Amino acid sequence: MRISYAWLRDYLKLDIPADELAEKIERTAVEVDGVIRPSDGLKKVVVGDVLECVPHPDSDHLHICQVDVGEADPIQIVCGAPNVAAGEKVIVALPNSWIGGHTKIKRSKMRGVVSNGMLCALDELGFDEKLVPKEVADGIFILPADAKPGEPVFSYIGMDDEIIDMSVTPNRGDMLSMNGTAHELAAIYDQKPTMPTVELHEDATELADDQLSVTVQADEQAVPMYKMRLIKNVTIKPSPLWLQIRIWNAGMRPINNVVDATNYILMQYGQPLHAFNFDSLTAGQVNVRFAKAGEQLTTLDGEKRDLAETDLVICSDDRPICLAGTMGGLDSEVTDKTTAIALEGAIFDAVKIRKTAHNHNLHSEASMRYERGIDHSATETALDAAAALIAELSDGTVATGVVVGRDEDVQPAVVKISLSRLNHVLGTELSLDTVADIFRRLDFPTTIDGETYTVTVPARRWDIHIPADLIEEVARLYGYDNLPSTLPTGQPTIGKLNETQQIIRDSRKLMESAGLTQAISYSLTTEAKAKSFALHASEVTKLDFPMSSERSALRLNLISGLLDDLAYNNARKEHDVALYEEGRVFFSQPEQVRPKEVEHIAGAITGSMVQTAWDTEATPVDFYQIKGIVAGYLKSLALAAPVSYATSTTHPEMHPGRTADIYVGDDLVGFVGEIHPATAKAYKVRETYVFELDLDALIAQPKEHQQYQPISKFPSITRDVAMLIDNQVTNAAIVKLITDKGGAHLQKVQLFDVYNGKHVPAGKKSLAYTLTYQDQNGTLVDDEITKAFEKVLTALTDTLGAEIR
Amino acid sequence: MSLQDRLTELRDQGLADIKSADVLKKVNDVKVDLLGKKGPITEVLRGMRDLTPEERPKVGAYANEVRDKLQSAIDHRREELELAAQNKQLVAEKIDVTLPGRQVPQGQPHVITQIITELEDLFMGMGYQIVDGDEVEEDYYNFERLNLPKDHPARDMQDTFYITKEVLLRTQTSADQPRSLENHDFSKGPLKVLSPGRVYRRDTDDATHSHQFHQIEGLVVDKHITMADLKGTLTLVANELFGDQFEVRLRPSYFPFTEPSVEADVTCFNCDGKGCAVCKQTGWIEVLGAGMVHPRVLEMSGIDPEVYGGFAFGLGPDRFAMLKYGVDDIRNFYLNDVRFLSQFYKKG
Ligand SMILES: [Zn+2]
Repeated sequence: MRISYAWLRDYLKLDIPADELAEKIERTAVEVDGVIRPSDGLKKVVVGDVLECVPHPDSDHLHICQVDVGEADPIQIVCGAPNVAAGEKVIVALPNSWIGGHTKIKRSKMRGVVSNGMLCALDELGFDEKLVPKEVADGIFILPADAKPGEPVFSYIGMDDEIIDMSVTPNRGDMLSMNGTAHELAAIYDQKPTMPTVELHEDATELADDQLSVTVQADEQAVPMYKMRLIKNVTIKPSPLWLQIRIWNAGMRPINNVVDATNYILMQYGQPLHAFNFDSLTAGQVNVRFAKAGEQLTTLDGEKRDLAETDLVICSDDRPICLAGTMGGLDSEVTDKTTAIALEGAIFDAVKIRKTAHNHNLHSEASMRYERGIDHSATETALDAAAALIAELSDGTVATGVVVGRDEDVQPAVVKISLSRLNHVLGTELSLDTVADIFRRLDFPTTIDGETYTVTVPARRWDIHIPADLIEEVARLYGYDNLPSTLPTGQPTIGKLNETQQIIRDSRKLMESAGLTQAISYSLTTEAKAKSFALHASEVTKLDFPMSSERSALRLNLISGLLDDLAYNNARKEHDVALYEEGRVFFSQPEQVRPKEVEHIAGAITGSMVQTAWDTEATPVDFYQIKGIVAGYLKSLALAAPVSYATSTTHPEMHPGRTADIYVGDDLVGFVGEIHPATAKAYKVRETYVFELDLDALIAQPKEHQQYQPISKFPSITRDVAMLIDNQVTNAAIVKLITDKGGAHLQKVQLFDVYNGKHVPAGKKSLAYTLTYQDQNGTLVDDEITKAFEKVLTALTDTLGAEIR
Repeated sequence: MSLQDRLTELRDQGLADIKSADVLKKVNDVKVDLLGKKGPITEVLRGMRDLTPEERPKVGAYANEVRDKLQSAIDHRREELELAAQNKQLVAEKIDVTLPGRQVPQGQPHVITQIITELEDLFMGMGYQIVDGDEVEEDYYNFERLNLPKDHPARDMQDTFYITKEVLLRTQTSADQPRSLENHDFSKGPLKVLSPGRVYRRDTDDATHSHQFHQIEGLVVDKHITMADLKGTLTLVANELFGDQFEVRLRPSYFPFTEPSVEADVTCFNCDGKGCAVCKQTGWIEVLGAGMVHPRVLEMSGIDPEVYGGFAFGLGPDRFAMLKYGVDDIRNFYLNDVRFLSQFYKKG
């Protein structure tokens, strides 16, 4: 809502700078987007009197004008506007002046004739083209005859005004009007506003009821009030300049005297009004109802619209002529030839209007106000004011009486609140008088009984119904700056992370210590990516109405997002990337729309984690690097059950020979491996290793009961074994066998060499392990260990076909 | 030559040899030559049996004295030479300590996580519990229970991703409020919760809009919670994030689930309130929305608004990070360019 400071001064005595006023509004009422000064940046733009105007000898459209600009001699200006003529007062941009769009005007020559400036149209002064009246859009703007040559032009066209651009919150619809804003400022500055009065002269010879009839078929909820007035003998013409200025400074385009008058009253009272061409009505008959399926209406913008059964329509003889509260119909539009007006002042249900505006994508000044509420007590006054203004501007006559389709008994809200309650909520110690004074400033009649206020809230503040609303009024007018600043007292509570939150936080730290940087990717992705890399089969949760297929489904995995991140980095020549993400994935649940939200943690590494340096070769990441990260992380979780890795070929996006499913005990908790070359190609990433773990499953796993183990005082003995063994035999199988057969004193089995190069027969590999033996209670006897070791060697040979070397 | 003179001669010769020994081996040679079992001093001592019983102890004592003297000279010389050798080695071992150290890969938390963690810690210190609500929420909790019935005009403020008519991606972490309220046992003390998390809006991604971003919602409900408490709490948040030299101001705003509702501005950290491009010349930066919990919201959760009351506040870590670090494009937070992520390796 744009509020003209000049217009505000009709209501209140305000002499503070506009910026200060804007700040006050922002601190006390609603947000202010800024203060607009239309003349900002313009210089040396003055009134000119065209003394002489002759055609340019070398042009078919230019004119050479001698213009009095208040100096001793007139100046010569060449002008191409079709409407330039001697005797007109015009807008002159003098040499070295600044006009709209940061344009400087210089002395120039046009087709050989000197031109000392320029005659201007409104848009050349920076007017938004949408605000320029159509009748002056194609030429220069003609000023009133009494404009004084040489004076700055701004005051003649309202450009000296300051306009406060308020961003009104949905609850303060009352401030979408000059009257409402004036009431608000009156409370803020403790003034008594001068409100507009209506002087309506009715023509006793014409009774509105005789010629116009209204029936409202829609229910009272949808249309609580519907009234009309009849204005006859009107002459449609442009509005006087003062009105045009107010209209364009409010951000609307002046149209004609009737439309401008309704818009003016809309701005003033916040009450939308609609003017129908009376002669387009069938027998002066109007009815209001919901549209029927299949009905159509061509609106003012020329659009033929299919009406919905939720649309309220104004009809004549049951033929739709207007989309209620939103936009008029083309057939009943006021045109130059209109001679009589049926003027509507009505209240429509906010929800219905909102739906219609939304469905037809028609958001107008009227619909916006209906959606946010209207002062029901001012509807008839606004109707009268508009009728009076139309009659005055169009030399028309107002028929006697209001035609009432539906009326409403508007009552003020009465809200009670006690002083102690108020102070209790605000944390203040306001006195009975301080609060009473705030209600007085708001002009809310109040009675006090003991410490309880009974506040009568006028209908113009329909946002106030409950005590909390009054608390807000008191708080903001008392000033939030004046509130004390304290912290909650009361029973102390413990604030700490629960186990899940703690593990999640620790997990992030562990990943970072392992060299992975945290990424936060998008949860919404394509359907294909959403279900790739899934740990368990699941339906994808899809948006009902996505904005794009790129963001249409909720992810079942984190890896695909990390691969997108890698691709983004690769495209920017960053080829060494190590990222992890911790976040939700969304598994569908049977019979439920809402998916199960599961915390996952995943990582992706590509390139090298250690870059080439003066003493270090960059080592490309590989399976064992990411497995080491995963293993180190899982170890720190102190899981009670053992962690194991099993070759997995079941993930289509993963390399079938380089992927392991990860188990804790018998529970599948994730997987680790290299992504399939085809996946890498599809994502546009290089060789990449990834893991994904179900963090919730890990958190749910029983944890090792931590207990101190005495450190043996007795020395340990080691034995090394090297063997040639079939390629197919896994390290896990060998370690398991050694552990099973190792005897009571075997403490540790450590793989220290893997070799399958030269000197190793095809299909075989060479592995070497160190076995560590130790006894808690005594020194080991060499013989005993030798025996145990021999047993292992035999088992390796017999069971796995190892060739001990 | 008497034995004593012979000892004196051996001593002087020995001391001279020790002194001139310039490497450890020579010192050892002197030791073996002089003090060894076949050395001259042993020889001299062997000659003692020819002495008279009176002379024997005197010469014996003198011989021991000479032996000790030589031994200590040898030890001393050996230490000297060892030290010199070590010093020489140390000089030879000198390296360029300004060469870079070997890399240990080290990742870092995302800047949004840093802000969330910082605020979680601040609020846990004040007895708040951290609550992780669901990202896929019912319309009922996300809107209706927050006093935003269907067709409420304020719903236009938040374009929503729907999955069905009744299920949506939460548009605000306030969606956790009703669940927190209905699950809390007030006999165990006040409700104090902080809900950080992802939220979603049906917005086209550009420099200042993201269809996914983060919010942190705080909620306190008890018998004696005041708006002054809200002001104090918000001041604390601003001080934690921007520094305690900044002022906080409240101004009226509108949220359907709070009444009164306020917006909190902080003095522009960039210009100290003088006015600059960051604060659009106002000297203030809007950082969060807040208010006193609307009685309807309490009622709908079965809490008597005559007895209980509280405050709620919500802020956006993305916006905070943009303001604090001058990030000019919100998409940076979700594209995970390592050159972006690695800039936020420490707090402050
Ligand atoms: Zn600033």
